[in-house]
Amino acid sequence: MATSTTKAPAGEEPPAGPSPAGGPGTARRRSALLHRLDVKGAPFAFVAPFFIVFAAFSFYPLVYTSWISLHDVELATLDVMEWVAFDNYVELWGDSRFWNALVNTITIGVISTVPQLLMALGLAHLLNYRMRASLFFRVASLVPYATSVAAAALVFTMIFERDFGMINWALGGLGIDPVNWEADKWPAQLAISTIVIWRWTGYNALLYLAAMQAIPADRYEAASLDGASRWKQFTHVTVPGIRSTIVFTIVLSTIGATQLFGEPLIFGQGPNGITGGADNQYQTLGLLLYEEGWKNYQMGRSATVAWAMFMLLVLAFVAQRLIKRLRSRTS
Amino acid sequence: MGTLGSLRTKAVAAVAAAGALALVVGCSGGGDSVTGGGKKDGKVTITMGLFGVMGIKETGLLEKYEKENPDVDIKAEIAGDEQTYYTALQTRLAAGNGLKDIQGIEIGRAKEITETQSDKFADFAGTAGTDHFLPWKQSQISTADGKVLGLGTDIGPMAVCYRKDYFEKAGLPTDREEVGKLWAGDWNKYVEVGRTFKKDFKGGDVAFMDSASGLFNAMVYGHSEQYYNEKGDLIHDSNPVVKDAWALSADAGEEGLTAKLRQFQPGWDPGLANGTFATAVCPAWMLSHISEKAGAANKGKWDVARAPKGANWGGAFLSVVEKSPVKEEAQKLVAWLTAPEQQAHIFTEIGNIPSSQKALESDGVKNAKSEYFSDAPIGQIFGAAAQEIPDKQVLGRKDGTIKDTFSQGLALVEQGTARDKAWDTTMERIKKAVG
Repeated sequence: MATSTTKAPAGEEPPAGPSPAGGPGTARRRSALLHRLDVKGAPFAFVAPFFIVFAAFSFYPLVYTSWISLHDVELATLDVMEWVAFDNYVELWGDSRFWNALVNTITIGVISTVPQLLMALGLAHLLNYRMRASLFFRVASLVPYATSVAAAALVFTMIFERDFGMINWALGGLGIDPVNWEADKWPAQLAISTIVIWRWTGYNALLYLAAMQAIPADRYEAASLDGASRWKQFTHVTVPGIRSTIVFTIVLSTIGATQLFGEPLIFGQGPNGITGGADNQYQTLGLLLYEEGWKNYQMGRSATVAWAMFMLLVLAFVAQRLIKRLRSRTS
Repeated sequence: MGTLGSLRTKAVAAVAAAGALALVVGCSGGGDSVTGGGKKDGKVTITMGLFGVMGIKETGLLEKYEKENPDVDIKAEIAGDEQTYYTALQTRLAAGNGLKDIQGIEIGRAKEITETQSDKFADFAGTAGTDHFLPWKQSQISTADGKVLGLGTDIGPMAVCYRKDYFEKAGLPTDREEVGKLWAGDWNKYVEVGRTFKKDFKGGDVAFMDSASGLFNAMVYGHSEQYYNEKGDLIHDSNPVVKDAWALSADAGEEGLTAKLRQFQPGWDPGLANGTFATAVCPAWMLSHISEKAGAANKGKWDVARAPKGANWGGAFLSVVEKSPVKEEAQKLVAWLTAPEQQAHIFTEIGNIPSSQKALESDGVKNAKSEYFSDAPIGQIFGAAAQEIPDKQVLGRKDGTIKDTFSQGLALVEQGTARDKAWDTTMERIKKAVG
């Protein structure tokens, strides 16, 4: 943000040679300089706090993490770093736990994101109708979002408990054998998705609702004049109208799903949660990162996982861009 | 507008930049004390970081010390779970910040601390009045060059906790002497009793033991060499002790003798409260957990019998951080807290067995009975078990992690994975975990 003040502002004042200090020429010159600084420098000054904080808390850790990922480092002895170049990355590529975690992240991501966004869309559509106590329903749908991950995950963990959980108790009432929600792969992933869906559906629904209310009412009128049913109106007016919001929520949910961590950690309870169950059946990439760093205390490998996650996100968005470009070319 | 306006802009910019800088600096800079402890106006403040139920705060010892030493103020912070606690401790040691004056250290971490962090803890060697411990206890927290990094609190001699009412329903003896005789000397006999129990028990869905990992730990911890040999090499994959323990625990898991619970995790507690298992291999410090979670409704149903063989599972130390501004005062407090009288006090209050030989021999400990566990003479049972603990226990840097990984491997067997596959997975995981 340092702006040069040594150059004389061109065309404003002729070079007057050495003038006595405090003379009228110097004062004018200084005022002009300050004016220039005001115009050119002030915007930088205003954005500077963000960038300084960003540099300290995001950019520096990012760079340092990549540096660590090229070393063998243990948490207990952070000052002893052994250079291993890209060994950690090669090892990660050949590590079955990484692929397992990647697949889990994707499957949990899909079974939590897709129903969540569809349900949010439906919920928003319903909330968009004129009805009694609509404000109450709108606020109520946002309450899960305001709950902390820990509290939500803890309650769901109790509900899904094997021996004394509410769901197995209800299943027992229906004469169905209890499900071992934590130990079996798909039940566990389903249970974790339930926590995610419960927390985020209302939030997305409110985003959709806001977008829906921005759609001009005359479009609906025109559609109904043309004889479009409610469903037709929904698919042909509402959905195209909130398209950009849908894309936005998909991007947000994808990022959220990639970084999924708190829910499976708490669902697995203690050390068992860090490994995503005894069989790693619901270990996500976030948990693998945590296991390497804070259970095995291998900071180098942990940093490698972090970078792999970052690369994956970059890859996903590059791919999305490419597909979009291809589609717009074909259409 | 000119000058005034731009001056204001400049001022705003300067304040903003300074604010941002302060934010950055504020996080890296510390106060004048790295531990939060210190001396002020003749008053000494000592901070403590503890985990689990070490009994130091719970039994009122800190208040007692403060009363005897009015110029001392103690602030203790207790983490529930040791793994979480140790991770935070590691991070703080690495950062050199956020530590407490006194830190608790669990036995599974002792080796790692003495090997990698010995310069960060104060030396207790030669401190007067600290020669009352069991012969092996203090050597576990000593470095190769003779530095003693802490003083012992409790130890973890083993017994078997069992439900008398369930034993009766399975036609087994209920008297603790006779129950102890059922499996005296051999863990195989313990599992054999489990088979009888499973066959003969009438009265619902009750497993013989809570988890296979409890049995596994008890068997492994009864030997001098466990996961490492004396040279410090890993022997977890070849040590016959580990293999035997694995085989028997896997038997128990495969045959459905376990309730498939994970000890100290939330599913275990309702298991205790609702009585879904009949026995648990219990180190002394587990008694307080059982009585608390099983609750008043089960008082008098539980009893304690001798374990087949002696073993030591757990126990802890108290250490003082070298950089502490109140190092001397903190060391004095640790010496007092671990003195025989205080250890005996903790035992009679909550049942943690003293690591002090002198405390073990005191009448208060010897004659102690547990009302909750049918008046079992726990002082005698655990005191005798403490003498059976091998005099030399070889510890290793990653003992804690390896133990946790084996527990998970056994959970796999309990869930139906073939035992050889579970073994291979466990070996693979340990290889990753030890780096």
